[in-house]
Amino acid sequence: MDATMPMTNQKAKKVGGTKTVILSVISTAFFVLLCALVVFPVLAGLLASFRPGRELIRKGLALDLNVKTMSLTNYAYILSGNEDSIKYFTWFKNSLILTVVTVLLTLFFCYLIAYGLAMYDFKGKNVLFFIVIATMMVPFEILMLPLYQEIIGMGLIDTTAGVVLPGICSASTIFFFRQYMISLPKELMEAGRIDGASEYGICFKIMLPITKPAFASMAILCSMGSWNNMLWPMLVYRSADKFTLPIGLNTLLTPYGNNYDVLIAGSMFSLIPVFIVFIAFQRYFVDGMTVGAVKG
Amino acid sequence: MFKKFIYSKKVAPYVFVLPFILSFAIFWVYPMCSTIRMSFFDIKPAGDIFVGLGNYRKLAKDPVFRIAVGNSVRYMLWTLVLLIPFPMLFAVLMDSNLVKAKGVWKAILYTPALTSVVISGTLFRLMFSEYDTGQMNQILHFFGFESYKWLKNGHTGMFALLLLCCWRWTGVNMLYFLSGLKSIDKELYEAASIDGATGWQKFHYITRPLLKPTTIYVLTISIYAGLAMFLESFMLWAGNASPHNIGLTIVGYLYRRGIEKNQMGYASAVGLVLLIIALIINFIQLFASGTFKKEKD
Repeated sequence: MDATMPMTNQKAKKVGGTKTVILSVISTAFFVLLCALVVFPVLAGLLASFRPGRELIRKGLALDLNVKTMSLTNYAYILSGNEDSIKYFTWFKNSLILTVVTVLLTLFFCYLIAYGLAMYDFKGKNVLFFIVIATMMVPFEILMLPLYQEIIGMGLIDTTAGVVLPGICSASTIFFFRQYMISLPKELMEAGRIDGASEYGICFKIMLPITKPAFASMAILCSMGSWNNMLWPMLVYRSADKFTLPIGLNTLLTPYGNNYDVLIAGSMFSLIPVFIVFIAFQRYFVDGMTVGAVKG
Repeated sequence: MFKKFIYSKKVAPYVFVLPFILSFAIFWVYPMCSTIRMSFFDIKPAGDIFVGLGNYRKLAKDPVFRIAVGNSVRYMLWTLVLLIPFPMLFAVLMDSNLVKAKGVWKAILYTPALTSVVISGTLFRLMFSEYDTGQMNQILHFFGFESYKWLKNGHTGMFALLLLCCWRWTGVNMLYFLSGLKSIDKELYEAASIDGATGWQKFHYITRPLLKPTTIYVLTISIYAGLAMFLESFMLWAGNASPHNIGLTIVGYLYRRGIEKNQMGYASAVGLVLLIIALIINFIQLFASGTFKKEKD
C-alpha cells in the first residue's frame, strides 16, 4: 500500500486537492481490507498445511505464525512416494488428463458449431441458436440422473469418455465463440473461395487463426471448469484409480476420521497449477467470462 | 459425388453444426424425455410401474422436500440480496479514479473463484468448526462469547453457506459489472456534471439504468446457481446429511433419492419441480425487467 502513495500525490495536483487524496486513500484502503478478507481463508489454509497432523487438529485453521510449530512434514508426506503419495499423484495426473482432453475436444467442436452459426445463413439457423440459448436455461443438475443412467446404458460408466462426451458441445462456449466470430469480416471467406479454398479450408486455415484470442479465453475458462469439476465426474468414475483431485480429496473425509493433514496440504498443492495459469493469462479470464454479461 | 455434396456451400454449415444437433439429441433431449417419463413411474429393477401423478402427489406432502425447497429458495434470495448490489457498488468504486493499484485488487478478489468447492468447502468447514480453534468461534471469544456449534443450527448454517458463496463470487460479479461499466459512454457523466448532478444522482440516473443488461445477466445466472446449489452444502457438512436437514437443498434431495436411495422416479419428479420453479422465477424476473420487449440478438 505504501508504494501507491506517491501516485496519489501526483493525482492530487490535478483535481480537488486534499479532499481527493483522502477519498482516494479511503477507497484504496477499502479494497485492501476486502482483499485481506478474501485472502484470509486461503492464507489460513496455507499456514495450516505446514502443521503436522496433531498440531493441525489442535489448532485447526488458526492464524498462528509461530514458525517453530511449522514443518514441511505434510508436503514431504505427499511427495514421499508412499501409498498415499501415489494415490495423490494419480488423482493429479487424472485431473490433468481429463482437463486436457476436455479442453481440446470442447474447443474443437464448439468452434466448428459456432463457426457454422456465425458465418453462414442457412435454414434453421435461428432455431438452432435459440436452442443453444435455451439449453443454458436448464441447470445441469436436472439432467444429471437420466444422463447417469444413459451413460450406464451406453457402457461408458467409469470411463473418461462418459465424463467428457455429454459436455463437449457446451452451450456457453458455443455462445462465446459465436459472439466473437459474428464481428469477423466475412469478406475473408469470399476471398478464400475466390482463391479456390474449400469451405473447410476457409474454416481452418483462414478463420481459425484470427479467432485465436477467443480460443485463449475459452481454453482457460474451460480448463478451470474441468479442473474443479466434481459432481459429474464423481457420478461417472467408480474405480479409485480413476478419481480426479476433487473426488480424491473428498474421499479423505470419512466417517471414521478425517485425514486433514493430507487433505489441506493436498488442496493447497493442487492450487499451484491453477494460480500459475491465472497469473500468466489473467487477461483472458476476464475476456472469456464477461462476454455474456455485456451483450445481455 | 458425395465429396462434392459435403463440400458445397449449402451443405457445409450443416456439417459444422451437426455435432451440436447430435449432442443436443443424445445428451439433452433424450435424458430430458427420460426424466419426464420416469417421473410418472416407480422405477424398480424388476420393471417400471406406472404411477401417474403419484410421485408428484407424494412430493407435495413430503416434509423433507419442503425443507429442501425452503433452504434452496432462501439461499437463492439471499445470494441475490448480497451478490448483486454490493458487487455493483464495488465495481463503481473500482471504476472511479480514486482507487490505486486496481489490477492487484481485481486479481485478488477473483482468486476465490479459482478454488474448487472441495477446497473452499473444507476451509470454510474448518473456519465454522464447533471447536474452539475455528475462526468464527475465535471471533466470538474475542467479543467474550462462548463457542457455538455453527453448523448445527439452521440460521448459522445458512450464514456459513452464504459467506462461502459471497467469498467465492463477489469478485466475479464485480468483474461482470466492471465490464458493463466499460460500455457506458463517459460523456454522459461529464454532461451530468455540467448540469450539476451529484455523485449519487449520476449513479442513480446513469449507471444503474445502463448497467441493466449486466444486472439481468447476473440476476439470471444467480437465480439458477442459487436454486441448483448442492456441492457447497455437500462439502460444508462433509456429505449430504446435515443435522435436521438444515443444509439440504433441492439438488441435494434429488441426489439423496436418486443416487443414495436409487428411487429414480421420485428423484426425477424432484428435478422437474426444480426446473419448473427455476423457469417460473426467471420468467417473472425477465418479464418484470422488460427483457422480452427488446428484439432478440
